[in-house]
Amino acid sequence: MAAVQGSIQVSAAPNVQYLLRIGDSALILAQRTCEWAGHAPVLEEDIALANMALDLLGQARALLTRAGQLEGSGYDEDQLAFLREARDYRNVTLVELPRGDFAMTQLRNVVMATFFKLLWQRLATSSDSELAAIAGKAVKEARYHQQHAADWVIRLAGGTDESRKRTECALAELWRYTAELFASDAVDNYAAEAQLGPRWGELREPWLHEMTQILDEAGLQPHADTPFLSTGKNGAHSEHMGLLLAEMQHLQRAYPGGVW
Amino acid sequence: MSESRQEWPLWEVFVRSKSGLDHKHCGSLHAPDAKMAIQMARDVYTRRQEGTSVWVVRSEHIVASDPGDKDMYFDPAEDKVYRHPTFYALPKAVDHM
Repeated sequence: MAAVQGSIQVSAAPNVQYLLRIGDSALILAQRTCEWAGHAPVLEEDIALANMALDLLGQARALLTRAGQLEGSGYDEDQLAFLREARDYRNVTLVELPRGDFAMTQLRNVVMATFFKLLWQRLATSSDSELAAIAGKAVKEARYHQQHAADWVIRLAGGTDESRKRTECALAELWRYTAELFASDAVDNYAAEAQLGPRWGELREPWLHEMTQILDEAGLQPHADTPFLSTGKNGAHSEHMGLLLAEMQHLQRAYPGGVW
Repeated sequence: MSESRQEWPLWEVFVRSKSGLDHKHCGSLHAPDAKMAIQMARDVYTRRQEGTSVWVVRSEHIVASDPGDKDMYFDPAEDKVYRHPTFYALPKAVDHM
């Protein structure tokens, strides 16, 4: 019996890839958000962040389960979550970046929650009824995540000199990673044609509209577009992904099939 | 007392478990203002489906009776069972009251 659980590889079929992009983005953001447990500035926010991380984890579980069904090799949510190599994860790079300070976390959360909310709204009419059902539940969660994180970004930007400075830094650091969210490719084209879900690029305009409103209320502005384009969706991740997975996968790798 | 550098104020949280029932006090929390207090109340006290509505009120706005007045305030009610409306024969039509 092998001491360490080996890795699995999954199908490159576009419907599977489309679901993995959403599921993995939720999973990795959940992992990063969980890192605040016991470390948030106040107890109440500690619990709030843990709640949101668990919402995201629940969404990831449902999506990975569905991806596993469509994939056809019989992988379940746990195998997909814990037994892939970094290059086989399809999350956007933004969610794997270190959690940074509180401003960084809240800014990333509002970026992603706004994106997820718009995506779930569209997925509610997916040709895949399973995906549509997941979306119907998740959209409510995303609406709250957006409100809560937006509230913090506005407060931090309008707070002390220090909190304003940190919020501005977070925006400058993270904004360039948002381009990847809307870079449509063959997977998006397939999803749109099969009416599985929207090309992510279609979400850019409404996302920018909502983000601009939130930033405006915070006395901030979206940054200009740059040529930089991160590539996590295609499996080419930042250097942070390996460390994140080492921690996330450790138990399943060391104790294959272990359960609570 | 300057509030700006102090800890966030304390809020009392009341949760309604389902429509038709009343809001019940369930605990307290710290929050910078009413808007955040409602969000925190939702996150801290309704995460296991405990509620359908929450109220928050600044703890300092609650006026409480003085524990020292307990004897004077509450003990006199002890021997006044006639204050319970159980000594009247109700017409059958009234049924449960």
